[in-house]
Amino acid sequence: MHHLVLERWSRGATFLHRRDPRAKIVALLVFLASLATAQRALSELAAALFLLLLGALLWARIPVWAALARAAIVLPFTLVFAVGCWISGDPARGAALAVKSYLSALAVIAMAATTPLPALLRGLELMRAPLFLLNVAQFLYRYLFVISEEAQHMGKAAASRGASVGGLGTGGRRFRAAAGALAVLFARSYGRAQEIHRAMLARGFTGRLQTLTPLRFRAADAAFLAAASLAPALVRIAIERIA
Amino acid sequence: MKQPLIEVRDLRFRYDDGAAALNGVSFRLEAGETVALLGPNGSGKTTFVLHLNGLLTGEGSIEVCGLPLDRRNVAAIRRKIGLVFQDSESQLFMPTVLEDAAFAPLQRGLSRHDALDRAMAALKTVGMEAAAARAPYHLSAGEKKRVAIAGILASDPEILALDEPTTFLDPPGQRDLAELLSALPQAKIVVTHNIPFAQALCSRAVFFQSGVIAAEGAVDEIVSRFGWDFALDRSRSRG
Repeated sequence: MHHLVLERWSRGATFLHRRDPRAKIVALLVFLASLATAQRALSELAAALFLLLLGALLWARIPVWAALARAAIVLPFTLVFAVGCWISGDPARGAALAVKSYLSALAVIAMAATTPLPALLRGLELMRAPLFLLNVAQFLYRYLFVISEEAQHMGKAAASRGASVGGLGTGGRRFRAAAGALAVLFARSYGRAQEIHRAMLARGFTGRLQTLTPLRFRAADAAFLAAASLAPALVRIAIERIA
Repeated sequence: MKQPLIEVRDLRFRYDDGAAALNGVSFRLEAGETVALLGPNGSGKTTFVLHLNGLLTGEGSIEVCGLPLDRRNVAAIRRKIGLVFQDSESQLFMPTVLEDAAFAPLQRGLSRHDALDRAMAALKTVGMEAAAARAPYHLSAGEKKRVAIAGILASDPEILALDEPTTFLDPPGQRDLAELLSALPQAKIVVTHNIPFAQALCSRAVFFQSGVIAAEGAVDEIVSRFGWDFALDRSRSRG
């Protein structure tokens, strides 16, 4: 599972891993804004920003090929729009869309792979992100694996009773079978959510998740924030001037 | 007469669908006791346990350590009763073992330093201090159960209530759990179908049937009275 791999990567101890998540979040936002609003010399800018990200991944000792492959998960979605642009006679726009989305995903992976989720959520909380959304994100992260395992068990149970994708019939029957399985999975997840809530109440939950490790914004974080925010902006200014 | 740790009088409860789950349960738990709750599936054992710290609310009265269970006392009572759920997966909701063990102390307003000390001490008690930085989903079923118990012990409760604690555990895991629990000083309520586990751990058993306590006494006596053990007649099964 992707989130298990990211979780393992995020437990590293390099300079990038040790930085305050708030510094990384702001640097990521600057990177995304620099990329998303670029119009001119896009291929040169994309190559330069790609090298920046590659440097960050190597510095953080993240397996580069695995990270590059994971970032490609966005391509099936963006390629649909890219193909649409190409068909409507604007292939350059389609290519820009695909490149921007891939680099954005890679930047997000670089941040998530160097920041454990609890610290990332704590950083977002301190930056006034809605607490409810952060709690939902934390529980989704924690239980995605459990729900996926339950879905796999249901699939195996169905297969052991002779069900197969081909054997479920066509059209409406197949849709009904999938809808039924989803309904059961939803009911199980709902039951589990209820039990988790009870377990939380039993241990004195007051509506706010607390973390053990306080965040401290140090001089090194400020230096990282300045460098990591300036780098993509300066790269863009330089490339646009040359072009 | 010494005050019991838990005193329940005539507890009644119906679920939202109208099904009666408890039909007048009266129960006492004395200090130092370990009591097994036995009985068929659906007889009300788990529903009863969920009432003890106010997770479900029925009619009748419940007193824990002398405190009547009501809205005013519910937080204090949840500190006194540690509830270990059947499925540890639902109980271990924090991203790491250490953060999970520190959840209750942090929620109860302890400083991070004190919560960390409590959590590490609890993990040490259950022999899981080496797993502090690990994510709960990487643990075995036995390890998860130990960490779930550590999360409860971190609140320093006076009573432990365990719902089917041997579920998902292999026989060595069940033996280790029985040893761990018998070494803990708290009074315990153990909901179980596992008779050897109850015999190893419990001084008394109560037998639930259709939402009432049908009988109580020594574990062996209750087991024999209700035929609540399992011995396959191999000569018959071989035909």
